Amino acid sequence: MHPILTPIRRLGIYLLAWIPVAALLGYLFVDVNRIPGAEAAILAPLLCLIFAFDCLSAWYSCKVTPIETSGYVRLLSTHLLGAGIMSALWVVIGRGIAHLLAYSPSFPSAIVDYNRAASLIFVAGLLLYLLAVGLFYKLLAMQQAQSLEQRLNEAKVLARDAELRALKTQINPHFLFNSLHSISALTSIDPSRARDMCVALADFLRLTLGMGEKTVIPLEEELALLRKYLAVEKIRFGSRLDMKESIDAESLACTVPPLLLQPLIENAVAHGIANLPEGGWIQLDIHRNGSEDWLQISVANNYDPDSPPRRRSGVGLVNVRSRMEARYGSKATFAVHKVDDRFEVKMGIPAETVVNA
Amino acid sequence: MTSDKKWTAVIVDDEELARAVLHEMLSHHPEIEIIAECANGFEAVKSITERKPDLLFLDIQMPKLDGFEVLELIGTDMAIIFATAYDQYALRAFEVHAADYLLKPYGADRFEAALARAKERKGAKAPEPAELRASATAPGHYADRIVVRDGTNVHIIPTAKLDYIEAQDDYIALTSRGSKVLKQQTISSVESLLDPKQFLRTHRSYIVNLDRVAKVEPYGKDSKVAILHDGTKLPVSRAGYARLREVLEGKS
Repeated sequence: MHPILTPIRRLGIYLLAWIPVAALLGYLFVDVNRIPGAEAAILAPLLCLIFAFDCLSAWYSCKVTPIETSGYVRLLSTHLLGAGIMSALWVVIGRGIAHLLAYSPSFPSAIVDYNRAASLIFVAGLLLYLLAVGLFYKLLAMQQAQSLEQRLNEAKVLARDAELRALKTQINPHFLFNSLHSISALTSIDPSRARDMCVALADFLRLTLGMGEKTVIPLEEELALLRKYLAVEKIRFGSRLDMKESIDAESLACTVPPLLLQPLIENAVAHGIANLPEGGWIQLDIHRNGSEDWLQISVANNYDPDSPPRRRSGVGLVNVRSRMEARYGSKATFAVHKVDDRFEVKMGIPAETVVNA
Repeated sequence: MTSDKKWTAVIVDDEELARAVLHEMLSHHPEIEIIAECANGFEAVKSITERKPDLLFLDIQMPKLDGFEVLELIGTDMAIIFATAYDQYALRAFEVHAADYLLKPYGADRFEAALARAKERKGAKAPEPAELRASATAPGHYADRIVVRDGTNVHIIPTAKLDYIEAQDDYIALTSRGSKVLKQQTISSVESLLDPKQFLRTHRSYIVNLDRVAKVEPYGKDSKVAILHDGTKLPVSRAGYARLREVLEGKS
């Protein structure tokens, strides 16, 4: 919308600014064109009121000719042409007013007087129009700055929201409660192990909290987080948890979205190990395919197909998948294979090494 | 129960450390004797049916059978204290008349309070085990498996594998691929557990898996018979036929 017309208060201020212009124009009419004072006192304010609205049209030509991207030729030609047309229009309208004034017996020479002043009015029109152009460019710049700031703020809020949501869904509260319960058991059985578990849990939480701010982290950091998580679960499940890893050394420097692997391992623990009284295994394979520069990740575990269904099942998987899509789009692959008692999640992502968080 | 006789207790939890907490807290109660510790649902059903404890400490999410399935199979003729990290089962727990519901981690005070409630509760009339499941199932959620106890053995039947269910006196016969398993439960209570989109009460004594129905034919003067894919013929009542038509026409 036009920034001067709405809100109405702005229009008032704009019109007030035209009062000194009207006074100056009236003075020039009397002094330069020797127009009688009373006639100038009617003509000048009327003309200014009309031109005040004429000038508002400059806003639209300013908008379609952005100052940053349009060339000098285009800027000058657009606005000089606009100024010429608007001033000429003004002169014509003014002549109409002069004709009307001439009907009054008090201003018998109105038309002749006006014709004397026409060139002055035209030049004044050119200048005033160009002044308005300058004003509108200034307003446009202010508006842009404002909306940019607003967009930045909105983006910040959205990012924060996403981070909180991610954390809430990533850290399973039951993992926390069960771990605390294990610590409570250990305090009397084996105090030093209780302390170890406290420390492992704290390390895991600290690493997780720091990760929400980053868009990608080196795989090495994700693996560090994973080891803290497993240290906690290892105390909970003891020998029931058998973790096997096969990770290429050259994949360690690749970047991945934070908390990409941890939910998958947690899934394997909750749906695999936790349902197997004799324990189970988790196999993590990460390979970097050199020729295509591709990172192939596989998390496999055994599980009991006859185990009772658990709540929350699938939440972790859906989450990981949607975050991969958000980051890599169609470049990433994600597949789940269930064969007999083996559950496997296979992912492929482009091997990126630069951290551009 | 006389005061000088010891209480017997069974602990069911798949995590060793969680069992250790209970062990330790019960060590301050010489009047309670722990007679068994079980790490999964099957073990729990076996040792509880064999040893009939007075008091049961029960985790909910476990391997093989969950806590509610264990209760369904062994009955609730004992004081039950649930111990779990999940708060969303509390309502169900009280619907199966649990004495208390401990949220892990819990402290000694909370444990003592639960124990005191359990002692008050012992001897109160318990509802029929199989009916518990029906009252404890959330609306809109249907069973995806049915558990049946045969002595100390447990059968787990996924509902998708059921062909039909037949009422036989106090029992229901669950039929899948020609083999029948009997369970002490009323046909109405099992009906309320099953997804009405898949299972339909076609007769006072029959519930049929709709996926198994090949066709419905007239039988005699004004009765009908449903023929399953394997050739089994099941009677269909007039009301059952009306329901069946409604569902089948709604599908097409």
